Amino acid sequence: MSPLLERLAEVRKSGDVAKIAEAIPYARWMRIAPENGTGELLTRMRYHDDLVGNTFLPAIHGGTLGAMLEMAAIFHLLWETETETVPKIVNITVDYLRSARPVDVIACAKVTKQGRRMVNVHAEAWQDDRAKPVATANAHFLIKSDDAPPSL
Amino acid sequence: MTSPFSDRDQRIAFFQQWFSDTIPHSKALGLKIIAVRRGFGSMQLEWREELVGNPETGVLAGGPLTALMDSCCGMSVATMLTEPKPFATLDLRIDYVRPATPGKAVIAEAECYRVTHSVAFTRAFAHHGDPKDPIAAAAGTFMLGTKGEVTRPQSIGTEVKS
Repeated sequence: MSPLLERLAEVRKSGDVAKIAEAIPYARWMRIAPENGTGELLTRMRYHDDLVGNTFLPAIHGGTLGAMLEMAAIFHLLWETETETVPKIVNITVDYLRSARPVDVIACAKVTKQGRRMVNVHAEAWQDDRAKPVATANAHFLIKSDDAPPSL
Repeated sequence: MTSPFSDRDQRIAFFQQWFSDTIPHSKALGLKIIAVRRGFGSMQLEWREELVGNPETGVLAGGPLTALMDSCCGMSVATMLTEPKPFATLDLRIDYVRPATPGKAVIAEAECYRVTHSVAFTRAFAHHGDPKDPIAAAAGTFMLGTKGEVTRPQSIGTEVKS
C-alpha cells in the first residue's frame, strides 16, 4: 500500500483529516490542507505572500487556484470514496469567475459521476462568501487502471 | 531607434523581470523565461522536492504545472497586445498526458494564436526538451480589458515588434 493510503487509514481512525496533506510535499509547501470541522470535507489554502500573482490589485495567482481545486478534488476522492489507489489526474478545466483577494481560499468538491475506472469531479473555491465562488473546476481522475500517468 | 527588445538577451531579461521576478508566485516557483517573441512564450520550471505530489515516485504535482501553463499562456497574450490592457485568465484546461520525469526541468511553450476585442486564445505544451513528447497540453482563454490599472507586464508586449 502506498504511504499516502497508509496515512489515510491512520487518519480514518484519528479523524484528523489535515494529516492527509502532510504526506504531500506540494500541499505542505502551498499550505493546502483538508478540514472537516463543519462535518463537510473542505480544503483550505492558507494565504501567504507567495500566492500572489498580481501585486497591483492585489490578487492571488490563477495557477494556485487551479492547483488548490485539484488538491480539493483529490482530498475529496481520498476521504469520501473507497479508493484503493491514489487517484491519477487525467485533465482539469478551471473557470476563473472573480479575482481572488489576498486571504484564505476554501474549496469543496463533489463526484459528478463515478465509473469503474474514471471519476468526474466538480470543485468550487470561494473566499468570504460561498455564494460568490472565485473559481470552479471539473476534473477527471483514473481510479483503477495501471496505465495512467501517476502524477499523484 | 533601437528598443531594448530588439536584443534577444535583453528582451528575455525584461520578461524575466516582469513575468517572474516581480510576480510573487512565479518567483516562488522559480520560473525562468527562456524564449519570448510576438505571439509566443516559453518558460522553464526546475524540479524541486517541495513541488512533488507523490513522495513515493518524486513526480511533480499537477499544481506547479497548472501555474506554469497559466503564467506562460498569460505571457504569450501580453506579447500580442497592441495597446496596454489589463487582462486575466478566463479558463484554463490542462491534459496530463504522461507523468513528468522526477528530477527533470519542465519547459512550457505557449502560443497566443488569436486576439479579439475582449478575448485572447492560447495553446500550450509542456515537455522535458522534446516538444514531440509532451507531458501536458493546455488551452487557456484570457479576458481582456478587465478591472484595475494596467500593470507593467500587461503593457510590456506593446513594445515587442517581432
